Amino acid sequence: MTTLDAVHVNQATKRFEAKKGDGVTALDEVNLTIRAGEFVSLIGPSGCGKSTLLRLIADLDQPTAGSVTVFGKTARQARLDQDYGIAFQSAGLLPWRTVAANIELPLQLHRVAPAKRALKVAELMSLVGLADFAESFPDQLSGGMQQRVAIARSLAESPELLLMDEPFGALDEMTRERMQTELVRICAETGAAVVFVTHSIPEAVFLSDRVVVMSPRPGRIVAIVDVALGEARGEMLREEEGFFDSVTEVREALHRVPGGAGETVRPDGAARGVDLR
Amino acid sequence: MRSLALRSALPPVVLGVLVLVAWQLVVELGDIQPYLLPAPTAILTQLVLVLPVLWAALLATGSNALIGLVAGAVLAIGMALLASRLGFIDELLTPIVAAVAVVPIVALAPVLTTMYGATSETPRRVIVAIVVFVPVFINTLRGLRQVRPVHRDLMRAYAATNWQVSRTVTIPGALPYVFTGLNIASSLAVISAIVAEYFGGLQNGLGSRITSAAANSAYPRAWAYVFGAILLGVVFYLGTLAIERAVSRRTAR
Repeated sequence: MTTLDAVHVNQATKRFEAKKGDGVTALDEVNLTIRAGEFVSLIGPSGCGKSTLLRLIADLDQPTAGSVTVFGKTARQARLDQDYGIAFQSAGLLPWRTVAANIELPLQLHRVAPAKRALKVAELMSLVGLADFAESFPDQLSGGMQQRVAIARSLAESPELLLMDEPFGALDEMTRERMQTELVRICAETGAAVVFVTHSIPEAVFLSDRVVVMSPRPGRIVAIVDVALGEARGEMLREEEGFFDSVTEVREALHRVPGGAGETVRPDGAARGVDLR
Repeated sequence: MRSLALRSALPPVVLGVLVLVAWQLVVELGDIQPYLLPAPTAILTQLVLVLPVLWAALLATGSNALIGLVAGAVLAIGMALLASRLGFIDELLTPIVAAVAVVPIVALAPVLTTMYGATSETPRRVIVAIVVFVPVFINTLRGLRQVRPVHRDLMRAYAATNWQVSRTVTIPGALPYVFTGLNIASSLAVISAIVAEYFGGLQNGLGSRITSAAANSAYPRAWAYVFGAILLGVVFYLGTLAIERAVSRRTAR
């Protein structure tokens, strides 16, 4: 185990240049440190740069200015060293591969011996409760099951950092709560640090040690809410007073955000704000 | 399973039989002359009579179509792979493919037939290959470019090499498109192999047999060869369909 911080974002700015006009500043001089083993959610209205921030950490995009380090290395080096696992809003499974072969993909790409691969895949499938579906194809599974496969795949190389971009965004509320409970359990078992992008306040509070509240145009961090709910988080937590207190605290931080909760109309006319359920 | 296959096969077969019966009745009751429309029974009689010749003609035309199809498809898939990987090859090929796409085979066939001499099968195979190349190339290239952004991000996150990306994501994802191209190409291969025979050269294939039978006013015999040509087209189409089924059990979406 390393005692280094998992992620260190220093004055990171990301501008997307437009062919005409001024372009968009997706992130403006953002600073954020995520400790090893810490669960941090990024929340905010659409266009606040939360997904962009995650993509900078994953080295899927590069900052225009500032720097991102992951376990003390550059984001690029951390990506090349496979220091993180990643899951997206769409499960992104390969439809021509079975569940087992999908989970196996990163191990296969990085030339892990077949016997070791099989062992790891079996372990991951029981971790996410899909042991009976090894030979199924993704289109035979429900959305929730596909997302569990994607999470198992992101855990395949036992990363100490998990990056998750709205992984439960497309799921119904019941499945979503069950997946959250499972994620809490998996994280407790693996001890990985997690950066979790979400639209949902209860989801962020239920999962996180800290909730990072962001504002759009330009994307900035406006508040960081500490959630002191402890390690053991079960279904009962959702009905406890401390849970609601934290939900309220995050909600109020979001209300101070221009374009945040309560003000969900974007300039392009699309109404898509923060999910207040 | 068997009853299901039977149920889906039965209606078209019944329809086909009904059409043949109606055809026969119209020809007999309407007293229609064979040069206008021969009766199915007359065609069948000729079919049995010329069967050995028909078989040889099927093999000649069929092998031309098959060789041209395989050569054209292999070339097209190879070029599409290159074009999807190397931008300058893409830029080089696009205008050439556009030019090839509009080459009328009826214009090219007499030229090639004269070039290669009257005893060669080569001009017909070249024509088939040219005709096949275009749909296979265009569809394959389109398929190779259909990589979903989430898969591209994922492979980048895995620091996968170009070859790994091709092998695990790009090529399997392009397969349904390749087969769309091949399905179109398989019918085109038979059609162009027959049409190419209309412009002289060896007189051993279906196209030559149809023209010579028609020229001798042997209309039922000409129709018998036409049915042979239809049969050949169906065999090619089903062949590619069977290969597609075997190769891609799951299609990419």
